Amino acid sequence: MPDLSDSLAGSSGVNRRSVLKGIASAAALSAVPGAVLAACSSSGKPGGGTTTSGSGGAASGGGSITFGSNYSDPQPKAAFASLISNATSKAGVKVSVNTVDHNTFQNNISSYLQGTPDSLATWFAGYRLQFFAAQNLLSPIDDVWDKIGGNFNDATKALSKGADGKYYLVPIYNYPWVVFYNKSTFQKNGYTIPKTWDEFISLCKQMQKDKLIPLAFAEKDGWPALGTFDILNLRINGYDYHIRLMQHKVPWTDKGVTDVFKQWQELMPYLQNSANGRIWQDAATALENKQAGMMFQGSNQVAANYSAKNLADLDFFPYPEINPQWAQDFMDAPTDGFILPKKGTNPDAAKKVLEYIGSADAEATFLKTDHWDVGVAQGLVAPTYNAIQKKSVEAISACKSVSQFMDRDTVPDMATAMISLIQSFIDDPSTSNISKIQKSAEDQAKSIFQS
Amino acid sequence: MTSAATPAAGSGAGSGAKVGPAATKSRRRRRVRILTRRDRLVLAALIGVPLLLDLAFVWFPALASVGLSFTSWTGVGPVHLKSCNAFHTLPGLPKPGCVYGVQNYHQAFTVYPAFWPAVRHNAIWLGVFILVATPLGMLFAVLIDRGLRGSRIYQSLLFLPVMLSLALIGIIWEFVYAPDRGLINTVIGRNQNSNQIDWLGNPHLNLWAILVEACWRQAGYVMVLYLAGLKAVDPSLREAATVDGANAWQTFWRVVFPTLRPINVVILVVTVIESLRAFDLVYITSKGNPLRGLELLSVSVTQSIVGETQRIGFGSALGVVLLVISLVPISMFLWQAFRREER
Repeated sequence: MPDLSDSLAGSSGVNRRSVLKGIASAAALSAVPGAVLAACSSSGKPGGGTTTSGSGGAASGGGSITFGSNYSDPQPKAAFASLISNATSKAGVKVSVNTVDHNTFQNNISSYLQGTPDSLATWFAGYRLQFFAAQNLLSPIDDVWDKIGGNFNDATKALSKGADGKYYLVPIYNYPWVVFYNKSTFQKNGYTIPKTWDEFISLCKQMQKDKLIPLAFAEKDGWPALGTFDILNLRINGYDYHIRLMQHKVPWTDKGVTDVFKQWQELMPYLQNSANGRIWQDAATALENKQAGMMFQGSNQVAANYSAKNLADLDFFPYPEINPQWAQDFMDAPTDGFILPKKGTNPDAAKKVLEYIGSADAEATFLKTDHWDVGVAQGLVAPTYNAIQKKSVEAISACKSVSQFMDRDTVPDMATAMISLIQSFIDDPSTSNISKIQKSAEDQAKSIFQS
Repeated sequence: MTSAATPAAGSGAGSGAKVGPAATKSRRRRRVRILTRRDRLVLAALIGVPLLLDLAFVWFPALASVGLSFTSWTGVGPVHLKSCNAFHTLPGLPKPGCVYGVQNYHQAFTVYPAFWPAVRHNAIWLGVFILVATPLGMLFAVLIDRGLRGSRIYQSLLFLPVMLSLALIGIIWEFVYAPDRGLINTVIGRNQNSNQIDWLGNPHLNLWAILVEACWRQAGYVMVLYLAGLKAVDPSLREAATVDGANAWQTFWRVVFPTLRPINVVILVVTVIESLRAFDLVYITSKGNPLRGLELLSVSVTQSIVGETQRIGFGSALGVVLLVISLVPISMFLWQAFRREER
């Protein structure tokens, strides 16, 4: 009996140890795939992007750089690829592009810029640029601007600067936020382009009689309705007021903001219903299918969403005048461009590429396949421009100032706060809700701007 | 430790043959208590490694979140242990990470518009789980336990949603709820532009629509837990109750249900935790973009911390609030578990 107990105990001891050994070897085994994975990820790029090399190949001593791109939709991606292939041959720098999904890129920008960013990256002008420049995440590119400065007007220059007055962005294109309509619809029903608010409202009424949705409208994406706030504010209170509001130098409880919401209240019956559940593509489709008479949004969305066969029927007019003091002097014309992350590699070669991108030639290359944006270089009329693009250039240059859109003109957190407040306005555009919205906006602005 | 038996204890089988029964008895007792260095090393590793992992991946992040909730860190640069008043930036441009006191909590409770709706929706979620999903799951379990014909098929069907990920459930139900081409609106003929019901967009409807999805899954989960419990109930209890003249209703509530007490505690804890960590369905439905009517604490935390600007301090404060709420059911469960062990 003792033999048995002892041998049992002994064997169980052996068993335990062999089990432990087994666990250890299993751990070692499992570490192998881990190492393989680590090897993979070290060669891949942060953000899980796909890598495509620029086609030029022969880099004449300029070195090579990587380019982080959020142009993930097929058409902008193709336009960007042709730009990069030209940059490779003109600047003599080999460029490989890492394309990351649009929204993912923006959501990760903070950790991306702090980690191992590419030599160059796509970004936006305005406050959204200054925000990251002020946190010391971008390199100033004044030396690039010494060479390309002559290609751009003062408004574009101002948009490319950080709060410290240094340049941080090379712009590539912008696009106007205007009222789109189908020429055939206006012709058939004998509508005329409204110049003033009263004409605009009576046109909306007429469209309702003609069984059309006057204004296609969507807000599920959150940002599109910010454009309506922007344009009403620009028309009623002017550009300076709008920018001061965006920077919280004017309180959100101000009477000017009340006026904007009151004006919007008047417009509500003519906007497409249940907008909070609709994505903007569906609203643009309602316009394209002629269920809707007009739609206020950026050409980068509406014109890009139109099929090629209907694009010739599409036309636009600037938002009608509300306050004669400001007439039609301003609009949102968001500008996109490229930044030089501070932690990127090979900045000298990257700057050569930026110098090329800051030329009219580069913009024309980019716009060859892009039929909704317009270049920002002075006097550029690319040979490939369609009617919408030609008219866009005129409309933007007719403005005394252009704003960038709320999510680029104010702190991103404030834009996020306004998205949910404006969605609540769309659900309940009553006067009592307007004052609630204004109060909440002001409370949140105070905490976000920490003043 | 110094007794003569000690060396023998470690040397294993070799010396065992000559030891008498009395010695064996004492040795066996000691074997339990006295460990060799090797055993102690193994034990230390077995306890130490999980402890280290626990400290590194549970306690450190939890305590770091608590710490960060008192700062205004945006995820850029280091955190300074100085008050935010010591730093000056242009209004709106973020300050470096600095000590912000209880401002984050103050803002969450007073200014942040999603906070109280989120708390309310989490509470509604919990209420619906306790009052609808759990009784439903219990009913399914009792019916299946009675051995209806085809009960295995019912069991599989009802359990099927539990095997799907919540993200998948969200996508499946989107086909049911979609306003233009969804199942419900098509069947009831409300899919025209003028009369359609926006189940997932309307802030008065969407929480309830999502709760139907959540209960669809939760009921199956509860059912399986109760089924396990019911199978373990001694059949003689039921027989005794029947002999005593109890009807089915009385047998269940007076005899079977009280014996299910441990299962009930588990289900209560599972329900509370599931309703506090509710996130996936809402996130999938709103595509990461907050939909009004669907505010939840977990969604607010994610929204503050993930994104173009990261208000990590503020998001941590919301996370700490969620942690404090979660601690209540966790403590209840632990208290129950330890009390049972002591008995």
